[in-house]
Parts: sequence; structure tokens; C-alpha cells
Amino acid sequence: MRWLRRHLVVIAGTLALVYLLLPNVVVLVFSFNDPAGRYNYTWQSFSTDAWSDPCGVAGMCDSVGLSLRIALTATVAATVIGTLAAFALARHRFRGRAAGNSLIFLPMAMPEVVMAASLGTLFLNMRIEFGVTTILIAHIMFCLSFVVVAVKARVASMDPKLEEAARDLYAGPLQTFLRVTLPLAAPGIAAGAMLSFAISLDDFIITQFNAGPSTVTFPMYVWGASQRGIPVQVNVIGTAMFVAALALVVAGQVVGARRRSRA
Amino acid sequence: MTALAAPPEATPEAPGPPPPRRRLTPYWLLLPAALWLLVFFAAPLVYQASTSVQSGSFEEGFEVTWRWANYTEALDTYAEHFARSFGYAAAATVLCLAIGYPLAYMIAFRAGRWRGVLLVLVIAPFFTSFLIRTLAWKTILSDNGPLVGALDTLHVLDVTATLGLTTDDRLLATPLAVVCGLTYNFLPFMILPLYTSLERVDPGLHEAAQDLYARPLTVFRRVTLPLSMPGVVAGTLLTFIPASGDYINAQLLGSPKEQMVGNAIQKQFLNVLDYPTAAAMSFLLMAAILIMVTVYIRRAGTEELV
Repeated sequence: MRWLRRHLVVIAGTLALVYLLLPNVVVLVFSFNDPAGRYNYTWQSFSTDAWSDPCGVAGMCDSVGLSLRIALTATVAATVIGTLAAFALARHRFRGRAAGNSLIFLPMAMPEVVMAASLGTLFLNMRIEFGVTTILIAHIMFCLSFVVVAVKARVASMDPKLEEAARDLYAGPLQTFLRVTLPLAAPGIAAGAMLSFAISLDDFIITQFNAGPSTVTFPMYVWGASQRGIPVQVNVIGTAMFVAALALVVAGQVVGARRRSRA
Repeated sequence: MTALAAPPEATPEAPGPPPPRRRLTPYWLLLPAALWLLVFFAAPLVYQASTSVQSGSFEEGFEVTWRWANYTEALDTYAEHFARSFGYAAAATVLCLAIGYPLAYMIAFRAGRWRGVLLVLVIAPFFTSFLIRTLAWKTILSDNGPLVGALDTLHVLDVTATLGLTTDDRLLATPLAVVCGLTYNFLPFMILPLYTSLERVDPGLHEAAQDLYARPLTVFRRVTLPLSMPGVVAGTLLTFIPASGDYINAQLLGSPKEQMVGNAIQKQFLNVLDYPTAAAMSFLLMAAILIMVTVYIRRAGTEELV
């Protein structure tokens, strides 16, 4: 009883972790299923068919490619624009700064469906054809805020004395920026970029409202499949993305730890 | 303004006002982002307000006729959807707090060198598309799955059925399934801010409280919980706002009887093509959330969210 009371937090926390990770385990296990019908909801028998032919279903790998292209483009654009804005908001005191902060913050405090419907209405009335461009515009819009927040936090914690020191050592403004400011801000910029890549890649609601009939991103493909039958390959892609991202994170942590131990 | 009053022989440490060109720098830096958000975020919201009082049809086009009936009709038809949205979102937020707090606490104070690993595990689910993970819940909650079987033999389903949370010895297509899905999907948004605020709490404060003969529960109630309030406020907002606008969980895990406002907006916008009604509903959703959030932040007394 005493033991239970002492470890109550750890038990509850572990159960929460199980709740969080259980669906990923199910996705992994069911990627080896050989489903009886069109839906992959109940376990039948073990099979590696889906893994040996991940692109065997029409249109799915194309949708993954489209999602990756959109996420990459949106990330680059949002990271550049967002980093500039973050420097303005973190480094300068100017009239309109509070308004700028609110404008950046508001999209994050808005339910996605509201932004999705309003932007879609605008495109419809401007007679702009829905397609990759409209998806990109929308993705850059909601990724921006996340980049600004991530970079701003980093820039605010940077010691301005380091840049003063660089200038005292006769570095020009450009040299100071490239050799001191940018490397110092890099972790924040990288965090913002990674965040916006992940959000853009996985976005469904805004994409559904602003996509054309021929622009099927991977989440759109999965949504469609959930209505007409889900191929096992969806689980293969889900698991592969999970493993790839996890490997990236672990590699990043190892590199970071090594760098810290050297410093 | 004080800089203007500085003596002319000011040293380099106290520079005068920046030259006009440098004073414009922040505006140039902010310009692209501000323009993008004004055109593609703020303008659509204004535009949506005007759409919400239009009348007409998709074939003949829509016109602003100040038709306020769009609002009353939407409220009449979809009152239950609104109620469900906020009810389910509130339930999911409370559950997220109840489930997420112990985990955040464990990572902050009990994990030791496993802290980094546990944090990665909290973020890890994000790496698989959330639609795929939500579909996985269909497998977990399925009618002849082990979970339904276990809960049935333990007679838990009878209890939840009398509470109106489930029907017919099922978990899928019930309010419970939708709330469970919402809780699952937004749990990391609760855990991360909680962890950030708990991590800043000095464990020395726990020891100090214990030295003053505070019982563990008192330490938590009087020291840890108050200090983690910014995380609680941020976490509940980050969970409640997206959950109340969600329509994916209701669509995939619920039945037509569990549809939320998001489902109605999506249907009006993408299937019925009744844009004024969709606009009126999303405007109502936005207004309701803004009011609730404002009241909540006032009550909670935290303004350090940004």
C-alpha cells in the first residue's frame, strides 16, 4: 500500500504514456496484417505483402510525394519570413510591436476549421482556382506563427554582448550577422523549421477546405481511404514515417550531446 | 524620448536615437510576415463576416443582403452541434489535464536521466499522421476487440451505458469514443506546456515544504500546483480551442449522433455549398471561443501566454 502510494505518479504517468503510444503500436502491428475485406480493422493473418510493395496502391505514393513537396516549400518560405519577423519582434522596440505580436499569436488561438472556411471563402470569391498554390498559401500562413514563436524564444535568450564583442573586434555588420548572430539563432530556426514541416505534412483540415480535386495530399488520401477502404500500405507509410522521424530525433540528440561534451 | 535628452558628448555605451534608416529596420523585417497574415488570415476573417450575411445559392451567386437569419437559422438547426462541441472539448480538456499532469510531473521530477527519452516518446506519436492514428483507435475500440470484451465482462459498459456515454455494449460510434479520440489527439499539447512550467519548479521548494512538516498532498496543493498554473492555463487553451473546432474524431469514431460544429461547417462548405451558413457558423464558433478564452484568462489571472 505504501509502495503504491509512493509510486502512484509513476504508475499514472506510465499509463498515460501507454495511452499515447498504443495507436502507434497498433499501426505497426496492422502493417503486417492480411485483411479479409477492404478495411484493415481486425487481425487476420501475418503477411509482409504491404512492406514488399509499399507503392502498390494507386495514387498513394504520389500523395506522399505531393505532401513532402508542399511541406518542404511551405517550411522554407515560412522559416525565412518568420525568422525576419522574429528578429524584428525580439530585437527592436517600435510602434506597432504589440499589434505585430497579436497578429502572430492569433492564428494559433483560432480553431483550424474557422481559418479553413474563411480562407476558402476568400479564394472562392476571388475566383482563385484551388490547387497546390492555395494549399501552399494556407500552409505558409499557419506555419509562420510557429516559426516566429520558436525563433523569438531563442533570439530573446541570446546575449547581445556576443555581437557587441564581434563588432569591437572590427567585424562588419554582415560578418557579425553571418558568423555570430545566425549560428547563435540556428537552434531556434531549426526548431521552427522542423515544427512547420511536421505541421504542414500532417495538416488535414485547412488542406481539405483549400485543395483542388486533383491535389490529393497524403492526409487527404487517408481520409478518402477511410471512406472507401484502407489499404495496408497506409500503415506501412505511417510506420516508416514514424521510424524515420524517430531516427532523426535520436541522431540529433546524439550529435547534440557529443557537441555539448566537447564544449 | 530620454535618449533625445542625452548630452551631445554621449559615450558609445549610450548611443543617441538610431538614424532614420535603422529605425525603419524592424518594419522591413516584419513586413513580409505581417502582409502574409493580414492578407491570408485577417482579411479572410473580415470577408467571412460579410459572407455570413449574404443570401443566394451556389448556382445564382451570393449577395450581401444583411440576412441576419443565417445566424438564427444556424443556431436553431445546429444548437446541439454547438453544445456537443463545447461539451466534448471540455470533457477532453479535463481528461487531458488528469492524464497529462502525472506524466508531466513524472518527466519533470522522477525521470532522472530518462527525461530526454520520455520527452521524445511524448512527441513521437506526432511522427505518424494523426488520421492514421485516429483510425487505429477504430481497431482498439472495435466491437469484437479485446477492449470491448474486457469492459463487457467487467460490466463497465453497463455503467457507461446508464450514464449515456455508450450504447448497445459498444465503444465505437459513442460519445465516449469521440471524447477518447479528442483526448488522445490533443494530449501532447497539454503535456508539453505542463512540463515546461513544472521543470522550472525548484525541487528545493518541495524539500523546504517537507521540512516544515507539510504532507505530500499539501506540498502538491500549496507549492507545486500554484507554480505550474501557467502551464495548466496554456495547456487547457491549447487543448480546448482545437478540440472544439475538430470534426475528424467525431467523423471517424462517432456516429451521426455525435457530430460537432466542425462537421456541420465542413458539410455546409464542401457538400451543401451553402457558404453563408458555413460562414455564420464558423463566426459563431470563433466568437464563442474568444469570449470563453477571455473570461478564462481573466479568471486564471495569467497574461504571460505569448
